[in-house]
Amino acid sequence: MTISNPVRSLLMTAILTNLFDGVAYGMLLFVLACGLAVTLGLMNFVNLAHGAFAMAGGYVCAVLVNRIGWPFFAALPLAFVASAMIGAVLERTLYQHLYARSHLDQVLFSIGLVFMTVATVDYIMGSSRIFIKLPDVLQGQFDIFGVGIGRYRLMIIVICGLLTVGLQLVLSKTRFGSRLRAAVDDPRAASGLGINVPQVFAFTFAFGCGLAGLGGALSAEILGLDPYFPLKFMIYFLIVVTVGGSSSITGPFLASLLLGIGDVAGKYYVPKLGPFVIYTIMIVILIWRPNGLFGRTATR
Amino acid sequence: MTTNAQTEVGFHARQHGRWHWSEFAFWIVVLAVGLAFPSRYLIMTEILRLALFALSLDLILGYAGIVSLGHAAFFGVGAYCAGLLSVHGIINEPVLALIVAGLAATVLGFATSFLVIRGVDLTRLMVTLGIALLMEALAERFSNITGGTDGLQGIDIQPIFGVFAFDMFGRTGFFYSLAVLFVLFLLARIIVHSPFGLSLRAIKNNPLRASAIGIPVNKRLIAIYTVAAFYAGIAGALFTQTTALASLDVFAFERSADLVLLLVIGGSGYLYGGLIGAAVFRMLQELFQWITPQYWMFWIGLVLVVIVMVGRHRIHAYALWLPNLILKQIAGRKAAVVLTDNEAP
Repeated sequence: MTISNPVRSLLMTAILTNLFDGVAYGMLLFVLACGLAVTLGLMNFVNLAHGAFAMAGGYVCAVLVNRIGWPFFAALPLAFVASAMIGAVLERTLYQHLYARSHLDQVLFSIGLVFMTVATVDYIMGSSRIFIKLPDVLQGQFDIFGVGIGRYRLMIIVICGLLTVGLQLVLSKTRFGSRLRAAVDDPRAASGLGINVPQVFAFTFAFGCGLAGLGGALSAEILGLDPYFPLKFMIYFLIVVTVGGSSSITGPFLASLLLGIGDVAGKYYVPKLGPFVIYTIMIVILIWRPNGLFGRTATR
Repeated sequence: MTTNAQTEVGFHARQHGRWHWSEFAFWIVVLAVGLAFPSRYLIMTEILRLALFALSLDLILGYAGIVSLGHAAFFGVGAYCAGLLSVHGIINEPVLALIVAGLAATVLGFATSFLVIRGVDLTRLMVTLGIALLMEALAERFSNITGGTDGLQGIDIQPIFGVFAFDMFGRTGFFYSLAVLFVLFLLARIIVHSPFGLSLRAIKNNPLRASAIGIPVNKRLIAIYTVAAFYAGIAGALFTQTTALASLDVFAFERSADLVLLLVIGGSGYLYGGLIGAAVFRMLQELFQWITPQYWMFWIGLVLVVIVMVGRHRIHAYALWLPNLILKQIAGRKAAVVLTDNEAP
């Protein structure tokens, strides 16, 4: 590299560090939002309450680690299970009746759900920000060629990367994946072929909620966890899905990476213009391609 | 035959556009309530402001079928515009400042309408939400002008027409707001009963068919969106003028979300929905805040979920059951009030 020019190399490592943080942030956003990519993008249900499931996972993890003293890595799967179960129950009792309703009804319902969750969590856990005690292994950072690598962020990249590959494999290789794709492409034809469409949707919904819960537990350190989490990050999840499109999970994945890198870089280099840049890009992309960057041409 | 059908349509449209006696009763009740509770001017002013804001959303949601989650953008522009005009002493006369603030929001509405008419429900939702967030980010960025999170300092509203000064009990503010609401309501009533308003309904019911019979869909949507922005701007300006306050909070997402909620409570597509919804919503909010000061959001959320789960039409039918029963006893079968909110499923 340009050792002869120390200033330039310093700039270079700063950029690389930002890039690394951005990728970690983007990966996290993807895990948080990919459940929404299924409900909103594939099942065409505007679920603004997706962040509530993420928050539930985060709080479950926080309680297990801080109050009961579980190790962090044991609490992560529990966060997934808890959110998935809440998701499954709500899907069976409430959500499934609203699939055929207008978008306005879905928006109202999910906003109502968000309001209820915010107040409930505030009531039970208090309104201040919550931190999860991390094991020593995950604290601090180390240098590779002068680029600071946070251990925690590295772990996020590893976990989320594995999840993404796993998801892609499940969707494209397994029997369940093809059932889901069939159910989404044409629910009537799929049920005619003997696929239990409501069951597939319910399972997918619960799984998406579980992933959000896992993401919520992981994000407590980076995004901050407080009762207003679902409202604060709602727009980010929506951006990932609408900008990424819904034809595959690659679209939302790339969109979350872009958003993560863009947001971190924006906050670092133009701190006061940060959110402004993100929203402008989102509006421009939506005007340019209403179905998302990687979306299908026709919406149902 | 064609002339016959045309005159018939015109006849029914005019019949529909006439003032029903219940409408006179409504406004008389509003005025009477205003005179009867002089100690409650502040909250009543708030309801009027909310009603005007909801009227604005009703124009695009109830008549043109555009779902917006970012209506606070125009409210905020109106609020800041009125505040800045007053702080810098550019226009001291409140009514004039009100109109200028409304026009500022109109400009933004016209500019963004081109973005909103593109795409389907979801894209619209995202774009309107994005525009509101963008305005909030802008207001935060230029905190040297807007005062940032602390809000604008030193707003001093001069007397209306140089005669009616704003008093501390909010009496002037209340009647001022009532007058503005009534004038704008009359205007909205003319708009929705005009051929233009009828064409909007056609677009809402079926855009494709509407364009097939020669309605310029996009132009009409741009027009009504711009008008709605004007209304929202006026509501924002009223907010600043009656409270002498303008902070980043005017752009908040909750403001837009509450607005959709109260319109749904009142019912959209017949102009009075926003007015009734505003009163009911504010009362509910007050009640919940009285029960649990910190957690009232839970109950508002529960109301929303229940409304959607039970179904909006059924709720309205329940709410109108008792009044209709009484009306039928007094004035016969024809007097019953029926909501014609033909929301597409």
